[in-house]
Formats: sequence, C-alpha cells, structure tokens
Amino acid sequence: MVGLLGKKLGMTQVFDENGRVTPVTVLQIEPNLVVGERTRDKNGYNSVILGAEKGTNISKPVLGQFPDGTEPRKEVVEVRDFDGEYTVGESIGIELFDNIRYVDVVGLSKGKGYQGVMKRHGFSGGRKTHGSKFHRANGSTGLAASPSKVFKGTKMPGRMGHDRVTMQNLQIVRVDQERGVLFIKGSVPGVRQGFVLIKRAKKKG
Amino acid sequence: MDTVRSIEQEQMKNEDELDFRVGDVVKVHFRIIEGKTERIQVFEGLCIAMKNAGISRTFTVRKMSYGVGVERVFPIHSPRVQKVEVVRNGRVRRAKLYYIRERVGKAAKVSERIKRKESKTVTPASD
Repeated sequence: MVGLLGKKLGMTQVFDENGRVTPVTVLQIEPNLVVGERTRDKNGYNSVILGAEKGTNISKPVLGQFPDGTEPRKEVVEVRDFDGEYTVGESIGIELFDNIRYVDVVGLSKGKGYQGVMKRHGFSGGRKTHGSKFHRANGSTGLAASPSKVFKGTKMPGRMGHDRVTMQNLQIVRVDQERGVLFIKGSVPGVRQGFVLIKRAKKKG
Repeated sequence: MDTVRSIEQEQMKNEDELDFRVGDVVKVHFRIIEGKTERIQVFEGLCIAMKNAGISRTFTVRKMSYGVGVERVFPIHSPRVQKVEVVRNGRVRRAKLYYIRERVGKAAKVSERIKRKESKTVTPASD
C-alpha cells in the first residue's frame, strides 16, 4: 500500500491526443512529511504517519507528535503497510504515483444537511398527481403489535453527507510533476481545498 | 483555483484565431481520425449559438443537408477543430439563433453584416 495526502483544487477537462475530452479532478500533492512510524515489534502492526500542509495554531497535544526540527502540519494521517523504507523526517513527493495507473481516493463528502428519504436513501416516493396524497414521505417504518417497535438502523430522514467516502479504481490521467498536481478521471469526494488521501488502487493494478 | 486556471489556459487556443460571431456562415475544418489515417472534413453552415464556458466553450453550426437540418456542436478549444473560416458575416440581434430552426427558405436567411473599415470588429465575448 502506498498513499499520500493531497488537496482537491477543483475540476476541469483535458483533451487527449485524439481530441477526446476527459473530465478530471485536479489534486495538489505537496511533499508529505513522514511524521512517525509504527512497527510490528513495537506496536503490533506496520504503518507510516504522514503530515501535509504547514500550519500555525496547532494545539500542543498534536504538536507533540512531530519530530524535532520539522514544521508542524495541519493534516495527519496513518497509512498501514506502507511499501518502501522511509525514515521519520523524510518527505515523500508526487513521484510516488509515477508508475501507478489507478488509485482509491478517500475524502470527506460534502455536507448536504437534513434530507428526506428520497435523496438520502434513494426511496422511490409516490405519484405527484392523479389524486395521490403520498409524495416524498418515507411510508411504513416497520411492523405492528409485534414487535411494536421500530428496528434500529431503519432508513429515515436525517443528516446527509459529511461522511468518510472511498472511491475506488479512479484512473490517473496525468502526473504533472512541475506543478505538483495529479489529474484523476472523474470526481472525488469533498469540497474544493479539502484534503483527500490518495492510495494505490486495492483492486486494480 | 489558479492552478486549475493555468491548466486550462495551456490548452486554450489563441483568441485571434477564433474571430467569428453568432450569425456568421463558417467553415469548420474538423480532423477525423479513422484508424491510422487522418483527414480533414469541412462542415459549412450558420453559427447559431455559442456557449461560453472557459475551456469547455462550444459553438453550434447548422446547415441544410438534402433538405434536412443538421446541427453540430464543436468544442472550440478541441485540437480536432483545426480552424474556423468565416465565409460570410451575418447581422443578427440575438445571441442564440434557435428561431432559425422553425424557418425554411428565405425566412431562414440572415442579412449580411458590413464591416466598417476603421474600427476593428469586436471579437465575441471571451472568458
């Protein structure tokens, strides 16, 4: 597994050599700092802790985990079973993606607020016309006298979005080392200027 | 957002090459790739609309082909649109000439725009 933190800059389109248009998301990857590591002997598993985006006003408990002589970072993430040897204090750049064609992207989806059951869970809803009085309501939430309760986890209206979402098998269209940006085909979860974790695709070479 | 801009800017064509307006009769030289061979097809017709959307800016060309109206939408900045030649300048008072679709014959005509000598013609709204 390899992965890096990146920032979503926005979407645009690129033309390929045949003039075909590909919609792409532009992700900026500044060199990630190796903040720490976990080893099998000491912690029971292997992983690398990465930090991105230099920042100020970082609380002391967070500040404590950065090695001496490095600037603290705002975003910190742990990637398990990181391929290759890296020492604490080192930086990993965008070159990591040079030979990778597909990636998984983990992000925090946009918050949608309080939503009904049709948008939130994809319920069909009822007819709009022909005397129908059932439009966008959720309908029945369960059985009657037995069990005389609504089961936990029943799909109902509520807060939607702002979830951790992983999108798998996204194609890398281009790696632009000069600008330090990655072009990924299609969309990626989250707001612009938001952070995403980009990992090598688990299910696709 | 500036990085995204610069990426788009890189792929965009020069504004001067695209000196045509809605209402003009244009010849679009469109590159067609068939397997390994490449040739250029010319599509001539009236430019009836332009959608200004940065890199994804497009224009619509309409022509009558064997009595049937044919419309094609071209992305202006596509490398497959090699060049756009203006055959005739038209004088129109709309940005979108969709009303032409309902008209045939003389009613579907656009009168000619006479260019003044001194003042340079204004290029269509850019982004």
